[in-house]
Amino acid sequence: MTNYTLELSDVKKFFGRRLIFNNLNFQIKKAGVYGISGPNGSGKSTLVKIIAGIIGTSSGKVTHNLNGKEIIPEKLHDHIGFVSPYLVLYEEFSAWENLELCAKIRGINLDEQRVKYLLEKFLLLNRKDDLVKTYSSGMKQRLKFIFALMHSPALLILDEPTSNLDDEGKSSVYEIIKEEGSKNIVILASNENQDLSLCPEIIDLKNFKE
Amino acid sequence: MKSYALFLKDFSSEIRTRYAINSLAMFIIVAISVILFSIGQERISPELTAGLFWVVIFFTAMSGLSRAFVSEEERGTSLTLQLIASPTTVFTGKLIFNIILVFAMNTVIAILYAALFEAFIIQNFSLFLLSFVLGNIGLAISSTIIAAIIAKAGAKGTLYPVLSFPILLPLILTSVQLTLFSIDGTGFEKSIFELAIVVSYDVIMLTASYMLFDFIWKE
Repeated sequence: MTNYTLELSDVKKFFGRRLIFNNLNFQIKKAGVYGISGPNGSGKSTLVKIIAGIIGTSSGKVTHNLNGKEIIPEKLHDHIGFVSPYLVLYEEFSAWENLELCAKIRGINLDEQRVKYLLEKFLLLNRKDDLVKTYSSGMKQRLKFIFALMHSPALLILDEPTSNLDDEGKSSVYEIIKEEGSKNIVILASNENQDLSLCPEIIDLKNFKE
Repeated sequence: MKSYALFLKDFSSEIRTRYAINSLAMFIIVAISVILFSIGQERISPELTAGLFWVVIFFTAMSGLSRAFVSEEERGTSLTLQLIASPTTVFTGKLIFNIILVFAMNTVIAILYAALFEAFIIQNFSLFLLSFVLGNIGLAISSTIIAAIIAKAGAKGTLYPVLSFPILLPLILTSVQLTLFSIDGTGFEKSIFELAIVVSYDVIMLTASYMLFDFIWKE
């Protein structure tokens, strides 16, 4: 079971003078799959970026704790896995090289056994040495999952996780989400009812517009 | 080690894509050729030689050094970097890459200058070497932080030299003076003021860059 907790207190975000969401408060203290829903432009991607520490809030605080200790922003990326349609891996490198480079830049040793397991799970083991630029969009999406999971993160953030995936790819993703959700925190932002059906608790952003 | 890994990533990427190397090499050849054609058979003064030497360095830097961050932004891989490395690691890795690129580029320019310009005869080589090293470090630091600032902007190509000019001006002017001193054989004791300015510039820019980068890197 995870010792990771996430807390958002009075989070507000503006882009210029446009309010994206306001007064957002929630706490996640136990493992599970948590959904974020809302129509297009409601701020789902903005919220997951704020949670991942990629962008800041206009006001309010996001706190990540591991074993009761607050994680400092500089170390946050070690504990987070992130998948989104706007995440791009290095196309001039192969899948294996991308994962190896990411591990080195993170300052960890590449867990070859886990990476091979994930490559097999996402049906990319035979193409691991091919340059990413030769991959289809679905294969790139599957590679992003391996990138997000390779360091066994305590918090997995998924923004539209099934975009560009065929039925086989979606099944692998749902399997992984259930597997990760049983031991870690998974935050899933999506419009798809099929994706959101995996989430017992859903935050609807249209309720945070005033 | 993390920064070194990031530098190796950029180096391997550069070897495969040749984003910066090609534009730098072409610019060096074109700029030096234009100067050679324009001066013709005339013998130019050491003052002008030193000035033109740093003009070529400045504009060559403008043509290639922004790639460190611009290529990440254009390819959409900035987010990937944000997810695997702290801002300090990113800045240090990019800075190492730019320092090596600046040294390689400016060494080529210095060799071509020495071979092609009669007036470019260095009397005080150790002073030239010291000012060259300090000037290059300052140029790499400033270029890296400015590249990070402009990477998210729309008109990157225009903004980079415009923003760089006032920031690099004190460094370029002092480096021109130090190059002139090394051409006319002035000793270290008479160059100490200029050397102190370049050292101070490097320290200030490095400190300010590390302090600011966190804010620049986050949207």
